[in-house]
Amino acid sequence: MGEPLLLETRNLGKTFGGVEAVRNIDFSLAEGELRCLIGPNGAGKSTFFKLLTGQIEPNRGSVRYRGRDITGWASSQISRLGVGIKMQVPSVFDGLDIRENLRLSARRKHDRRRSAEIVDETLTRLEIGALASTRVSHLSHGQRALVELGIVLAGKPDLLLLDEPTAGMTGEEVARTAELIRDINRTSALIVVEHDMNFIKMIARRVTVFHQGAILIEDTMDRLLRNPQVRDIYLGRQAEVPDA
Amino acid sequence: MKLNANAAGLVVMACAGLATLVGAPALLDLADLFNVTVYIIMSILALSLALVWGYGGIICFGQAAFFGLGGYCYALAAINLGDSTIPIILAIVLPAAFAALLGYFLFFARLSDVYLGVITLVVTLILFNLIGSTAGPEYKLGTAYLGGYNGIPAIPPINLPGDASRFLDIYGLFYLSTGILLIVYFGLRALLHSHFGRVVVSVRENELRAELLGYDVRLYKLAVFTLGAAIAGLAGCLYAVWGAYIGPNVFSLSMTAQILMWVIVGGLGTLIGPIVGCFLLQILVTEVGTQQTLNTYLVLGAILLLFVSLVPRGILPVLGDILQNVRDRVGRRSPDPS
Repeated sequence: MGEPLLLETRNLGKTFGGVEAVRNIDFSLAEGELRCLIGPNGAGKSTFFKLLTGQIEPNRGSVRYRGRDITGWASSQISRLGVGIKMQVPSVFDGLDIRENLRLSARRKHDRRRSAEIVDETLTRLEIGALASTRVSHLSHGQRALVELGIVLAGKPDLLLLDEPTAGMTGEEVARTAELIRDINRTSALIVVEHDMNFIKMIARRVTVFHQGAILIEDTMDRLLRNPQVRDIYLGRQAEVPDA
Repeated sequence: MKLNANAAGLVVMACAGLATLVGAPALLDLADLFNVTVYIIMSILALSLALVWGYGGIICFGQAAFFGLGGYCYALAAINLGDSTIPIILAIVLPAAFAALLGYFLFFARLSDVYLGVITLVVTLILFNLIGSTAGPEYKLGTAYLGGYNGIPAIPPINLPGDASRFLDIYGLFYLSTGILLIVYFGLRALLHSHFGRVVVSVRENELRAELLGYDVRLYKLAVFTLGAAIAGLAGCLYAVWGAYIGPNVFSLSMTAQILMWVIVGGLGTLIGPIVGCFLLQILVTEVGTQQTLNTYLVLGAILLLFVSLVPRGILPVLGDILQNVRDRVGRRSPDPS
């Protein structure tokens, strides 16, 4: 028998006007699992994340976290259960410095002393200690993305949702992020939305393919890359498939 | 020696407060002391909006409403009770309770900034019309008549608790108001440096991220809004005592606009800025009021346009930048002591 379920959605759906952004999603994630979500733009991945974190309410279906029905809960309540999210466009506190950004996350759960330790650990882990007193608005896109990841990590979540964590990063930063994600996965479960197939190959064990708001298939990366349906709808017939 | 902006603000405010407490009664004549006292009272009101708007990020056009409610609560209670202790408490608690109720509907309905501004303004103007329509003798609370647009005159002064025969004269009110201004200023500084204060600032910076970290932003906004109303109510109480009068003009559009101007001119996102803005504009209004050529509101409107278009951050932040640049240049020119 495998790990117990951490997250489970049943028949989850969201409609905007007449458009079904997410359709009948049955998804499950085990404790400690690392899952990648792929799919073309508009496939519903980011909407799915917003449903999981309470940023929007579903029209139908349910979300369960550790067996508890959290459908329709507010974002702050879901966060307090131990769910952290790094968004596609870095969502940080621009007017504050990096240390303050991280401290706000750590202080929600911990006292002043423990928070200071967590902030220092996170700064070291992300190798941004030298910039700790820099206002976030003065940083590059890649650095801001790293700060956002730091904010999420400082909250010590049990489940991390990462929406395109390598967007706008250099090759070196991508490799470092892959290593970091593997390291995070030692203590937390992760769901990672990503387009960079090389990056997914670096981190993924199991991949879920989204298409037109629904789950098309779930499998290992190697098998998915050989799946003609996946290549048609996501990679395109002419696409160059990375070496397995 | 390096002195950061926070420490500089602390030192400036402590020195200014001390100088005012010691110097003003000795150097000013009674009429000027009377004027300075109302500037100080209005500075407390300016601080309330500095908290709500400057740090909480809540665009509130309703500080005048809480200020007026504080004044009216004190007036009605003091006339009926004859003692000022309970009326002062009511002048703080009732506007705060009103703000908590209003804020509950505003923040829990997750209204956007524009709607928030419009609703708080409308509430203020409703109070203006409501109080204005209470001129008849039937509009009274106990022995106190509301008085419609004539307002409530002969408001009792603040007395020692339990002894109505020993009350504050203008010197006493000056010391009390200055003391309260300093307490509010240093209290807000301490609050904003606490974890609660940092979360309030984070909500201003990025509401969604604060929510995703597990903070219930609605509660934080409600707390700031309510605290701001309590401070405004206290200022309203002192204002009613200062003039021994309160009228519906405290709820007027011009009053609302003036409070916003103090914050804009002095500097949004600072505590000293709105105090400076309040003093400067109050002095200007007093001076312009002594002549017939220029209309006061025309002058204030021109100043507002000037600041919004040319100095949108306000005096204090711009002054701070200039000082920082000078310090950097001096630092670069000085030879390395090593």
